[in-house]
Amino acid sequence: MATGTVVTRGRAIPRQRWSDTTLGSWITTTDHKRIGILYIYTAFTFFLAGGIEAELIRLQLAQPNEKLLTPQQYDQVFTMHGTTMIFLFIMPMMTGLGNYVVPLMVGARDMAFPRINALGYWLLLFGGLFMYASFLTGGAPNAGWFNYAPLSDAAPACFGAPVNVATAPLSGCFAPGQNVDFWIIGLNMLGIASITSGLNFIVTVFRLRAPGLTINRMPLFTWMTLVTSFLLVFAMPSLTTASALLLLDRHLGTHFYQANHGGDPLLWQHLFWSFGHPEVYILILPAFGIISEVLPVFSRKPLFGYTFVAWSGVAIGFLSFTVWAHHMFAVGLPLVAQAFFASTTTLIAIPTAVKIFNWVGTVYGGKLKFDVPMCFALGFIVMFLIGGLNGVALAVVPFDYQATDSYFVVSHLHYVLFGGSVLGIFAGIYYWFPKMSGKMLNAKLGYLQFWLFIIGLNLAFFPMHILGLLGMPRRQYTYPAGLGWDGLNLTATIGALIIALGVLVFLLNWALTLFWPRYAPVASGDPWDAFTLEWDTTSPPPAYNFETIPVVRSRRPFYDLKHPEDPDWKRTGH
Amino acid sequence: MIYTCEPRARRFLKVRERRAAPTRNHAAEEVGGSPMELRRRLARWGVAPLLVVFSAIVFGGCGPGTSTGERTPSILNPSGPVALKESYLFWFILVVATIVFVGVTGVLLYSIWRFRERPGMPAPRQISGNTALEIGWTILPAVILFIVLIGTIYTMVQITEPAQAQSLTVRAIGHQWWWEFRYPGYNNDNPGSNQIAVVVTGDELHVPVGMVVHVDLESNNVIHSFWIPELAGKTDVIPGHNNTLWFQADRAGTYRGECAEYCGTQHANMDFIVVAQSPDDFATWLQAQEAVAATPTSDIQKAGQHDFLTLGCAACHSISGTIAAAQVGPNLSHFGSRSLIAGGVLSNNPENLATWLNDPQAVKPGNDMVLPEKLNSTQIDELVQYLESLK
Repeated sequence: MATGTVVTRGRAIPRQRWSDTTLGSWITTTDHKRIGILYIYTAFTFFLAGGIEAELIRLQLAQPNEKLLTPQQYDQVFTMHGTTMIFLFIMPMMTGLGNYVVPLMVGARDMAFPRINALGYWLLLFGGLFMYASFLTGGAPNAGWFNYAPLSDAAPACFGAPVNVATAPLSGCFAPGQNVDFWIIGLNMLGIASITSGLNFIVTVFRLRAPGLTINRMPLFTWMTLVTSFLLVFAMPSLTTASALLLLDRHLGTHFYQANHGGDPLLWQHLFWSFGHPEVYILILPAFGIISEVLPVFSRKPLFGYTFVAWSGVAIGFLSFTVWAHHMFAVGLPLVAQAFFASTTTLIAIPTAVKIFNWVGTVYGGKLKFDVPMCFALGFIVMFLIGGLNGVALAVVPFDYQATDSYFVVSHLHYVLFGGSVLGIFAGIYYWFPKMSGKMLNAKLGYLQFWLFIIGLNLAFFPMHILGLLGMPRRQYTYPAGLGWDGLNLTATIGALIIALGVLVFLLNWALTLFWPRYAPVASGDPWDAFTLEWDTTSPPPAYNFETIPVVRSRRPFYDLKHPEDPDWKRTGH
Repeated sequence: MIYTCEPRARRFLKVRERRAAPTRNHAAEEVGGSPMELRRRLARWGVAPLLVVFSAIVFGGCGPGTSTGERTPSILNPSGPVALKESYLFWFILVVATIVFVGVTGVLLYSIWRFRERPGMPAPRQISGNTALEIGWTILPAVILFIVLIGTIYTMVQITEPAQAQSLTVRAIGHQWWWEFRYPGYNNDNPGSNQIAVVVTGDELHVPVGMVVHVDLESNNVIHSFWIPELAGKTDVIPGHNNTLWFQADRAGTYRGECAEYCGTQHANMDFIVVAQSPDDFATWLQAQEAVAATPTSDIQKAGQHDFLTLGCAACHSISGTIAAAQVGPNLSHFGSRSLIAGGVLSNNPENLATWLNDPQAVKPGNDMVLPEKLNSTQIDELVQYLESLK
C-alpha cells in the first residue's frame, strides 16, 4: 500500500520507519544540534586517540635510548598525533560547537543547508576512519603532519618493487607504500567536509540572522566562526592542490616535487603553508570567540571593545594569508623575502595583542564569578599569552634560524594549541554542556580537571622551550644521554601524564553527569544568567529552537530581556 | 561565598572562615599581613599548584645530565660570531617578552583579585569600551613590535657572510642518514661532481679556529637541515637548491652538529661533530687525510682487506688505493681517524665497530647498510682490525 500503513485483520498499525528508531534518527538527522553533537563526540573520540599517541611519544622520550617504540612506529605515531589533533579533533570540535551554537545565537531554526551539513559530518567521520584504518594495514602516515616532499614522494615504479639501496635516492622512492596515500586521500575527504561546513556557516550567518541582529551586533563566537569559515573556504584549496600534485607524482609519474627531474621540493612547502598558516588561525579563532562569550558572562558586563575585538579577528583573517613563509625561514629564501615575512608576522601580532588587552579589559571592573568555564577562559588568556610571546620570538628571523625545527617550536605550538585552543574548547564545553544536555557538569571535578590541565601543560610544554635552546631537534625518536636533555624530557613526560589524568577526570564527570540521574542538577534554560540568544530557550532546545523568533535590539538581546529597566539599546544604541 | 578555581582550597577556606569569623573585617582582608592570612590567600588563588609547576620545571633542568662529559649543544653558549649575534637577539626578545608577560598577567591577576564576586557587591557598571584606550593599546604593541622588527632586520644583515679573502669552503652533503664532508679547496672536487675526492670525511667536519667556513649544502635525496647550535643557526639542505651557510669557530673544541629537518626513520641519528682546531693542527690533519689509505701490514689486517673487497662492502664504500670506489656509503679511506661511526650513533672503537658489523640494523634500525649475508666472528674481527688501521 502506498499510505505507509499495513492493514492487519482490519486494524491499522503504523509502520515504524527506520528513521524513527534511535539509531536511525541520529544517522539520518539534519538537525544542526544533533549534527553538532555528532561532531563533538566524534572529535572527542579522536582527541582520545591523538592523546594516546601523545602519551606514547612522551613515554618513548621519557628517558634517553628508550625502546618502547621502534623508529618506524614512532614516525607513524607522531605523524598521526599531529594530523589527528589538528584535523580530527580541534577542527571538527570547533565545527561541532559552531553547529550547535551559531544557529541558536543568530536566532535561526537551523543551518542554511541542513543536508550539506549532514554530508560534511559523514565525510569527516569516514575521512577520519579511513586514515585510522591505515594502522590495520601496518602502515599509517609517517611523513609528519606537514608531509614534506620529497620525503613523502615516490614514483609509481616504487610501489611493490624491492628497493635498491644504491639507487633509491635517484629513483625517488622515499615513501614507497600506502602510508602517505592514506594521508592524502583521508585529508582530502576532510577538506571537502571543511569547505561544506565553511560555506554553510557563511550563508547561515549572512542570511538567517534574527530581525535586528545586524552584523555589528553578532555575538563574538558567531563572528569568529564566520571569519574561520572564510579562511576554510580560501585556504583549503591550496592543501587540496598540493596533495593532489603529490598523488600525481606518486601514482602517475609526474615530477612536481622531484628536483632531479626538474621539479621543486619547495613548491610543496609554499603550497602547504599557504594553507597551513591560515589553518593555525582556523584552529585558534573559534577559541577566541568562545573566550569572548565566556568572559563577559562571568564578569557580568559586556565585552570590552566589541568593535576592536571583532575587527581584529577580521584583520587576523586577512593577514593570515600573508605570513606563510615564516615557517620557511631556514630554507634559504632571499633576504628581502625573509624581511617581508618577518614584517607581516610582526604585524599579525598587533590584532592578537589587541584582543588580549580587551579580554583583560573585560575582566577589569567586573563582578567575577569563578565557575568552571571562567577558570578555563582565564587560564586561556595566560597560556595563550605565552604562546603568543614565544611566537613573536620565532618571527625574529636570526633567532628563528636557531629555534625552528627544535623543541622550542614544539613548545610554542602547544602553548597556542593546547594552552589556547584546547582550554578554549573546554571553556566552551563546560559553558554549553548544560544547554546541550540539560544537565550541569560537576563543578568540583571541573576545577580538578582545570588545575590538572594547567599544571600538566606547563610541566609538559615549558621545559620544551629550554630543550630547544639546549639544541634538541624535534621529531627525534630517541636521544643520547649526557646532553643535559634527560631531566627536562622526564619532566615533560610527567606533565603529559598529568594532562591525561585531567582528561580522565573529564570523562568521569561526563559519564556521571549523563548516566547517573541523581548526580547532576538539571540545568535551566539559562543557568549562567547569560546574554545571548542561545540561552533564551529551553535546555536542550526543541527541534525548532525558538517558539517565536526573537527580535534583537542590541549586542546582548537576552540581557535586554532580563533587564527591561536598563537595556543595552537604551544606553549604547547598539 | 567566595568562589575559587580550586575545590580543595575552598573547603579549607570554609574552615578558616568559620574560625576567623569573629575578628574578620574588610580592612583586615585588604591588608592581611599575618602568616595565616598569607597561607589562606596562597591557597585561595591556587598559588601552591603554580609553585609546584615552576619548581618542578627548575629542578627538571637540574637533573642528572652531563655525567658522561659531553657538552650540551646550547645555543646560549655561542662559540662563534653567528651564534653569538643570534643569542643576543634571544636575550633581547626574552626581556621584551618578560616585561609584556608580567605586565599583562599582573593586570589580569590584580583584576581577578580585586573584582572577584563578594557578598553584597553591586552589579558592575556596564562599560562596553573606551576608544582612546583601544587606540592606545593598538599603538603600544605596534611600537614594541617595530623595535623588535628593527632588531631582527639589523641582525639579519649583520650575520650575512662577510666577503673575506681567507675562507675555507666545505661541501656538506646530506644522506639518509649521515653527513659527508668534502674539501674542494684541497683536491679537484667541484660542487655537484661525484668524482673521487681526496679529502672526504663522514660525520666529522674539521675546521681551523678563527677562519670563516663557507658551507655549500647539497642533497640528492630528501630535505635535511644543517645545524651546529653553538656555532650557527640552521639552514635547510634541499635537493635542487644551492643553499649555503657560514660560521666561524672562535674557540678550539668539538661541537655537536645535528640534522634538524625530519628526514625519515633515522632522523634522530644523523649527528656529526665539528672539530675546530688550531691552523697548525688542521694542516696536519689535512695532510693525513690527503694521503692514500694505509696499506695493511699484519696478516689479520690483510685478511680484513680481502674480506672488505670480496664480501660486498665495496659495493657501497670506497677506500683510496684499492678498487673500492663506490659513493653510496661513507668513504672509509681514513676511517680509523674518526671519532664517531654510524651517523654519530656510536663512538669509534673496536668493540662498537664489531657491534655495528654484527648487526647494523639493530644499532640503527632502517639504515641503508644491508649486509649481503651475516658476517661470522672471524670476518668481523678481521674487518675491525683492518678498518681501525686506516688512520
